[in-house]
Amino acid sequence: MKFTINGQSYDADPDVRTSVLDLLREHVGLTGSKKGCDHGQCGACTVLINGRRVNSCLTLAVMHQDDEITTIEGLGTPEDLHPMQAAFVAHDGYQCGYCTPGQICSAVGMLDEAKKGWASHVSDDLTTSDLSNEEISERMSGNICRCAAYSNIVDAIRDVAGADA
Amino acid sequence: MLGLGKGDTNSLTMDKPHPDSLLDSSVQGVIGKPLDRIDGPLKVSGSATYAAEYDIPDLAHGFLVRATIGAGKITAIDIDGAKAIPGVIDVITDYKTFLRNAQQGGETCAPAQGVEEIAYYGEIVAIVVAESYEAARDAAYRIDITYEARDGRYDFDAHKGEAEKPPEGTIPPYSKQGDVDQAMADAAYTVDALFTTPSQNSAAMEPHASIAVWDEDGALTLYGAYQMPSSDKQQLAKSLGLKADKVRIIARYVGGGFGSKLGIAPESVAAAVAAKKLGRPVKAVMARQQVFDATVRRSNTEQRLRLAADADGMLTAIGHETLCSNLPDEGFFEPTGIGTHFMYGGENRIITHDIVRLDTTLSGSMRAPGEAVGLLALEGAMDELAEKIGIDPIDLRTRNDPQQDPEKNVPFSSRQLTRCLEEGAASFGWDARTPTPASDRRGEWWHGIGVAAACRSNMLQPSAAKVSIDGQGKAIVETDMTDIGTGTYTILAQITGEILGLPIADVTVHLGDTDAPPGAGSGGSWGAGSSGSSVYLACEMLRNKLAKAMGVEAGAMTLKDGRVIADNRSVPIADLVGDGIEATGKIEPGKQEQDFTQSSFGAHFAEVKVNAVTGEVRVVRMHGVFTAGRILNEKTARSQCLGGMTFGIGGALTEELVHDPRNGKIVNRDLGEYHVPVNADVPQLEVTFLDERDIHANPIHAKGIGELGIAGAGAAIANAVYNAVGVRVRDFPITLDKLLDEMPAV
Amino acid sequence: MKSFTYEKADSLTAAVTDVSPTTRFIAGGTNLLDLMKLQVETPAKLVDISRLPLGDIEEMEGAGLRIGALVPNSDLAADPRVIARYEVLSRALLAGASGQLRNKATTGGNLLQRTRCYYFYDPSTACNKRAPGSGCSAMAGFNRILAILGTSDHCIATHPGDMPVAMRALDATIVTLKPDGDKRRISIHDFYRLPGDTPDVETVLERGELITHVELPAPPEGARQLYRKVRDRASYAFALVSVAGVVTMADGKIASAALAFGGLGPMPWRDEAVEAALVGQVPSDAVFGAAADALLKEAKGFGSNDFKIPLTRRTLIACLRDLTGAK
Repeated sequence: MKFTINGQSYDADPDVRTSVLDLLREHVGLTGSKKGCDHGQCGACTVLINGRRVNSCLTLAVMHQDDEITTIEGLGTPEDLHPMQAAFVAHDGYQCGYCTPGQICSAVGMLDEAKKGWASHVSDDLTTSDLSNEEISERMSGNICRCAAYSNIVDAIRDVAGADA
Repeated sequence: MLGLGKGDTNSLTMDKPHPDSLLDSSVQGVIGKPLDRIDGPLKVSGSATYAAEYDIPDLAHGFLVRATIGAGKITAIDIDGAKAIPGVIDVITDYKTFLRNAQQGGETCAPAQGVEEIAYYGEIVAIVVAESYEAARDAAYRIDITYEARDGRYDFDAHKGEAEKPPEGTIPPYSKQGDVDQAMADAAYTVDALFTTPSQNSAAMEPHASIAVWDEDGALTLYGAYQMPSSDKQQLAKSLGLKADKVRIIARYVGGGFGSKLGIAPESVAAAVAAKKLGRPVKAVMARQQVFDATVRRSNTEQRLRLAADADGMLTAIGHETLCSNLPDEGFFEPTGIGTHFMYGGENRIITHDIVRLDTTLSGSMRAPGEAVGLLALEGAMDELAEKIGIDPIDLRTRNDPQQDPEKNVPFSSRQLTRCLEEGAASFGWDARTPTPASDRRGEWWHGIGVAAACRSNMLQPSAAKVSIDGQGKAIVETDMTDIGTGTYTILAQITGEILGLPIADVTVHLGDTDAPPGAGSGGSWGAGSSGSSVYLACEMLRNKLAKAMGVEAGAMTLKDGRVIADNRSVPIADLVGDGIEATGKIEPGKQEQDFTQSSFGAHFAEVKVNAVTGEVRVVRMHGVFTAGRILNEKTARSQCLGGMTFGIGGALTEELVHDPRNGKIVNRDLGEYHVPVNADVPQLEVTFLDERDIHANPIHAKGIGELGIAGAGAAIANAVYNAVGVRVRDFPITLDKLLDEMPAV
Repeated sequence: MKSFTYEKADSLTAAVTDVSPTTRFIAGGTNLLDLMKLQVETPAKLVDISRLPLGDIEEMEGAGLRIGALVPNSDLAADPRVIARYEVLSRALLAGASGQLRNKATTGGNLLQRTRCYYFYDPSTACNKRAPGSGCSAMAGFNRILAILGTSDHCIATHPGDMPVAMRALDATIVTLKPDGDKRRISIHDFYRLPGDTPDVETVLERGELITHVELPAPPEGARQLYRKVRDRASYAFALVSVAGVVTMADGKIASAALAFGGLGPMPWRDEAVEAALVGQVPSDAVFGAAADALLKEAKGFGSNDFKIPLTRRTLIACLRDLTGAK
């Protein structure tokens, strides 16, 4: 099968049961996306598929041969960090780092959703999308951080959202 | 100490105070600063390699198989169905060698082994090995095990009456002073309350994982997720019947531990045995459900907390008597009284711990073993006592702030609890709190504020590190010490850069490989102090070597930006080291730990809101004020406290590991139903460090910070809930059902 | 996960040709794959319907909305027409799961979401829903998240979703395509089945029958709508109790009331008796209490979920105050 990951074409021969997460980690050597629970309950596996944030553990590789998959490796490298990656470094938006790639991909996806005007569970008005701390927290609640870098993650995201505004 | 040539070691046993620290006389200006983590760019780009991510040729995938009864033994195991799955190589069982339990932190022997006997539901008994993860996982569900079940003990309440005194160990289970019963009878004010906390799970984001690779000489390299590689290596070697020098553990990046990765867990031996049998490397990653089932839990506790005070609010008695649970023949108990020994004064004291033997997952260390749940009781009882006496809860604590250790009668090495409470109160707006509960209603929410004190014992563990300066004048630090999110990479670079006068970019730190000098490991909040001290000592020796090369006394040098300045000369460090110099530093605890009681201290302030309709509790604000000696890096230390405080939110409000009382099976064995706090549960937390140096702790004058944040945090929240709605919940977590009945009708 | 044959459906008719009991449709996959990994679901064949032309939201005559079965939760919640006319639906969707899951979960799949019962999720335990006749481990076990209404001696599972609760309050109709080519329109009120002694049968769908659309009639003119979800943490958790309400007032009296409940029963729960206690009445706590009495008349706790009874009463009363403007 052929997959488009971070703008590059990859050949792989996964099992029909192989999740996108296991495709990345076990078949094409992209171990940046992490397995925290394998059941869509932690968000550590978050990648962008056609620009939308999804849990890569809960979708089959075979179903995504025509899609564009963006992983943490595609957002930036240590020598050339994406602004969200740089913000996480500056604000210490991590500790052990295991949930971090998922947090960053999710944050990038989330900012796009906010730009599209999507509201959240805590929005008083469903037609606007301001990014207060409360909004960022709610929108990022699908990414568990046990080290609990949450306060710094919110600061990092607000930093980038503000710069984008 | 002054040495020449390679292989020189600078050892220090902390028998005496160490008043002068090179970290204060150095001028590079990196210590203490909130520097970005040096491993940060790797972590944010997905380039940090965790245990399951090493690209090993010819790797086979292992999936673990669990037992599905609570107690008994295996009589037969049918693997034919599993082996018939395409891609499956074998189903490996080694009843004798497989770990029955995980091991406790710091042990150097093997844990309980032998899995023909089933000690608890979920025990790992076999491993399927296959060419693909999917085939191994599929086959694991096709294994048919026949058991001979026996009656088990699963219900804590039913077996409470049979609790046993734990064996004597490093932490004494019983201690007694004076007569608490009499003091309670004579007191002007008393509190006698029962607190209960449930089992909990560390739930680190990275599931336990091991890749086992054997070489032709029968030596094992294990890529794993470990907090304490030096002792883990010994545990693993003993488990496999190997000499320790035949085992190498690599744990360069660890996706969280919080106690669960202090000792080895079943997947390590399963992978090693399978790899040996197959003659191929085997990777075994625990499913999240298996992490819940088969790695350590924090024990549940039932704690009787008694306080007696005289008419002036001075404590005359403290009683802290605890029941916890563990498997038979296990010595570990949750040391809930560990901070109670020295937090407050009071003549008459009893602090005891007893174990109820249950056939459920092994109890062991989870972040701040003891204080995390013990202070829920002590600090809750203090809140109740303050109300009974009619004085401010902060006032009660500061009145009873002892000048020296109330049991050992030795001084504290450094203690600023009162200052933490007072400065925190001012900053949090404590005066705006209405002491009468249920008096701050805003719309549908009752608001309340609470306070609690925090303490966490400080200790040193033996730790070694090698520091070298290469021919280009760059420093390299090597130790098997770990960074589990604690910031070790960065603080060791900062200590090195500060003492040797090097910019951080010129310091490389290698961690987590047992080929390097043995470090203290990450646990008990001792990591930074212990490992940092070993690096300090190595750098001190290097400094002396540079002085000798420079021809001056060490005290006459200034090291800055890669240059050595003395005697009107300024020489690049590279010119003084030839092909390179190196030194090893070793720290050991000593008499300072007996001559002084050493602990970090702090104060937690929390504001909560409780929904008047549903009883849902949400944290509105939280502020921790902490003193932990020298703060090595303000940014990473703050993060450690954010983490601890959030664990405190979980312990107070959301976390409960439920065992089915019929068979001990963990019921909520995934992250969907074991509720760790999510982002929306946690407001923007505030952390303040007050300035402090501790010359008795170690040469870097730092105390532990990793667990201080959780100690007392939950109590501040519980006390805030009481202030909000006037309902005192002593059974944690404080879920809405525990408030509903006692709240006013809607 | 057991292996399976994978087939991508390239047309609607092709999608419904297989009536084997071991064939499943897969769209978002967020519930199905979750269960397949645990071998709770073990299909022999997956028919991938994710590229079928069922992703639109269209106006219907009479100001209703027709929602394609493949519309993801996120897009449905964010649609301006849904926000403007069916606020309860948007709110219910936003209260569910996480951003990532909402981006993938589809309308059709979400209706069919299976229970989160701890024992259903563990194949080593007795579970009549997973393995009919094997027993129920939850009744005498830990049942905090399980049902207090609509239970049977065989099963006390709850339906965990949020979107379906709002849809039940909105009188949704589920449109399907059957293998014989017929279309079926099933009221959501008739879509789910009580467990009885066959808790493994959760809906009236036949083998091979595919949900293609959900139709929402126009909501009552001037209705107040709300969705309230009560849970054990602030986000990313299933409801202990949830309430979806659509209420209209006229002349100071309740003119219409549609109330559906999550977390209480094996399907989104709706009870005419509750609404009968409200319609025509002047709003008051006594009236709201009577509605709660009606709802909870047959409510039964199983030990760890007894609290849901007072919790539901309190939550319903507060919701009715909001919906009727009474304070």
